[in-house]
Amino acid sequence: MDTSEDILQQRSPDLVRGSETARPAKAARLSPSFISWLQAGPMMLVFLAFFLIPLVFVVIVSFWDYNEYQLLPAFSGRGYTDTFEGCIAQLPDLCTIAKTYLKTLKLCFLVWAITLFIGFWVAYFLAFHVKSKTWQMGLSLLCTIPFWTSNVIRMIAWIPLLGRNGLVNSGLMKTGLINQPVEWLLFSEFSVVLALVHLFTFFMVVPIFNSMIRIDKSLIEAAYDAGATGFQTLVNVIIPLAKPGIVIGSIFVITIVMGDFITIGVMGGQQIAAAGKIIETRVNALQFPAAAANAVILLVITFLIITMMSRIVDIKKEL
Amino acid sequence: MTETTKKTGVSRRTLLKGTAGLAGLAAGSGAITGFPYVMSAEPKVLRYLGTAVNEGDDISKQCLKDTGIKIEYITATTDDVTKRVMTQPNSFDVLDTEYFSLKKLVPSGNILALDAKKIKEFDNITPVFTKGETPGGKKIGNQGTAPWKVLYLEGKDSKTFSKTATEFVTLIPTVYNADTLGIRPDLIKRPISSWSELLNPEFKGKASILNIPSIGIMDAAMVVEATGKYKYADKGNMTKEEIDLTMKVMTEAKKAGQFRAFWKDFNESVNLMASGETVIQSMWSPAVTKVRSMGIACTFQPLKEGYRSWASGFCVSKGVSGAKLDWAYEFVNWFLSGYAGAYLNRQGYYSAVLSTAKANMEPYEWAYWMEGKPAEKDIKAPDGSLLEKAGAVRDGGSYEDRMGGVACWNAVMDENDYMVRKWNEFIAA
Repeated sequence: MDTSEDILQQRSPDLVRGSETARPAKAARLSPSFISWLQAGPMMLVFLAFFLIPLVFVVIVSFWDYNEYQLLPAFSGRGYTDTFEGCIAQLPDLCTIAKTYLKTLKLCFLVWAITLFIGFWVAYFLAFHVKSKTWQMGLSLLCTIPFWTSNVIRMIAWIPLLGRNGLVNSGLMKTGLINQPVEWLLFSEFSVVLALVHLFTFFMVVPIFNSMIRIDKSLIEAAYDAGATGFQTLVNVIIPLAKPGIVIGSIFVITIVMGDFITIGVMGGQQIAAAGKIIETRVNALQFPAAAANAVILLVITFLIITMMSRIVDIKKEL
Repeated sequence: MTETTKKTGVSRRTLLKGTAGLAGLAAGSGAITGFPYVMSAEPKVLRYLGTAVNEGDDISKQCLKDTGIKIEYITATTDDVTKRVMTQPNSFDVLDTEYFSLKKLVPSGNILALDAKKIKEFDNITPVFTKGETPGGKKIGNQGTAPWKVLYLEGKDSKTFSKTATEFVTLIPTVYNADTLGIRPDLIKRPISSWSELLNPEFKGKASILNIPSIGIMDAAMVVEATGKYKYADKGNMTKEEIDLTMKVMTEAKKAGQFRAFWKDFNESVNLMASGETVIQSMWSPAVTKVRSMGIACTFQPLKEGYRSWASGFCVSKGVSGAKLDWAYEFVNWFLSGYAGAYLNRQGYYSAVLSTAKANMEPYEWAYWMEGKPAEKDIKAPDGSLLEKAGAVRDGGSYEDRMGGVACWNAVMDENDYMVRKWNEFIAA
C-alpha cells in the first residue's frame, strides 16, 4: 500500500511540473500536494473502507467478552489471557501459543528460504537467458499453472504421489533403496513445506523478475569489461539491484505463509499447529473475540517481521 | 425488502392480468391437467440452509413436482451452518441443523420453533426422538445432547428446553445415524471389537480421528472409556479435569505417532481410507459406502461399547412468517411423507418417520437397510449405482441393533470454551 502511494507521490511533482510549462495559469490554482492527494485518494478510500475500518473492528472485538452464542460488548482481556494461558505457569515447557508460533515461524522460514532460492534463479533465467519478450511472457505464464486448479484438488493430488502406497514410495521400493514405505513424505513438515513452496514460488518469481528486467544491461557489460567474474557480477551488481524485488517477494510469501491454515492443515494431516489454524478453530466455535485476539497477535508478529525486512532494504528509496 | 418485492409482484401481476388474460386462462387450465405449480404466478421458493447430508438434487426435484415449492440449497459445513444462523439469520428460510447446536442456537433467538400440531406425521416420528428408545423398546444411551433432551421448548418464544412434551418443537427430526469406527478388514486381518483398538500400537501411524473438536472429543472419550482408564459420568458434558485427562491420553498417542492424519471433511476421510494411509479411523456411514463402491474393502465396524450418534432436523429462521411459514410447514410435511425418508434410508442414514419411508421402499430394500437381513437382490444407491451384491448384510445389522446400541450423542459441553482451547493445545503438541 505504502509503495503505491509513494510512487504516486514521487511521480506527481513531475506531472505537475509538466503541466506548469504547458498551462501555467491552471497549475497555479491546484497546489502540487493537492493533486497528489487527489491521485492517491481513490486507493486511500478503498484502503480505508476495506482494510483499516475492518481492522479497527477486529481490534475492538478482540477486547470484548463472549458466551456460547453471542458477543458481549463489555471490555474483557479474556481473548488474550486465554491465548497466553500457561505461558508462565508451564515454564520451562512452552505453552500452546508459543509452540504454535515457533512451528509457524519455522515453516515460514523454510518456505521463504526455498522459494527465494528457486524464485531467484527462475527469475534470473527469465530475465537474462531468455532473450525474446514473447518467450519471457509465455514462460512466466507457465509459472501460474499451479493456480489453475483448486486448492483442495491440488493438495489431494499429492496423496497418490507421496502416500504410503504412492508413486514415490513404490518407485523407491522397486529400486530396492528402501524396504518399508517412507512415512515422512506425507502428512509431515516436509509435505507442508513442499506444497507451500510449490504454491508460492510464483510470488517470488514475479517481483524479482520485475526488478531484474529493469537492470540496465550496460551495467552488466561494464562489470564484465572491468574484469568482474560472473559470480562477482551477481553479488555486486545483480543482487543489490534486485533487492526491492526480493523484499517484495519475501513480504508476499511470509505474509501468506504466516496466515495459512488450509495447506498446513491438509498437507500436515491436521496434526501441525499453525497460527491461522487457532483462529479458524476459535471462529468455528463461535468464539469471535478470542479469534480476533489471535488475529491481532498474528498481525503484530507479521508486522514486526516486515518492519525488520524493510529496515534491511528501504523499499521506498529503491523504487 | 419482502414488502417491496411483493408490491411490485402484485402490480406486475395486475398488469399481466390486463394485457394477457388469455395466458392466465391457459395457465389455469394447465392446473387441471397436472402441472399446477410450474405455471403459478408467484413461485414458492424456500432457501434451505444445511449440510450436504440431506441436500440431494433428487429430493428438491421431487419436492418441486409434488408441492410446487422450489428449494434453493445453501450448503455449508456443520460449523459454518451455526455461524451463519448467528450472524446472518435473514439469509435463509428453512434450517436443517444438528440437535447439539441447539444449545447455541436457541438462546440466540434467531430460530423459530415449529408447531407440532401442524406436522401431520408428528405422532409417527420414531420414539428414538420422543422417548429415547427404539420402536422395539430398547433404551438408548442418553449421554451428550440427546435429541429428546432438547426437542421441546416451554413456550413459543421460550429459550428454555422443556422436560415434558409441548407443542413447540425445536427441530422436526429429519435424519440421524449411529457412527462408529471404519476399518480396512483386508489390511487389519483380525476381528476388531472395541474402540480401544484406535490407540492400539499395532496400528501406529495408521489411525485417524476427526478434527471437529466437539465430535472428535466424543470419539476420544469412547476410546478412553474402552481402554478402562476412566469412566465418565457424561461423555457429552465433561468437567475440566475430564477434558484434561482425555486430551492427555490423546496427546500421548499423538506424540507416539499413532495418528496418520486427522480429517475434517467427508472426502478426506474417504481418501485416507481408500489410499491405505489409515486402516482404522472414526468415520461416517456414507463415507464407508463410498470407499466400498471403489471396490476397496471397508467395514463400518460395530463395537461393543456402542455407537456415537447424531441427529438433525428442521426449524425456520426468525424472519419467516405469513405465506412463507405455510410453505415451510408444507415442505416439512412433504419431507416426512416418505420420498425423502426412503432416499435417506437408501444412503445408510435413518429417516424420522419410518412408516412412510417403508411405504416408499421395496420390501427387499427395507429388509436389507432396516431389518439387517441379507440382501435378496443387489442393493443400489439412490442414483442407481451398485452398493452391495445380493447376499450382503449391513454392518451393524438392523435398526434396532444399531440405534439400540447408541452410547452417546454429539454434544456441546458446558465447558466448550475450555475444550476448544485444549483441542488447540492437542493439535500443537
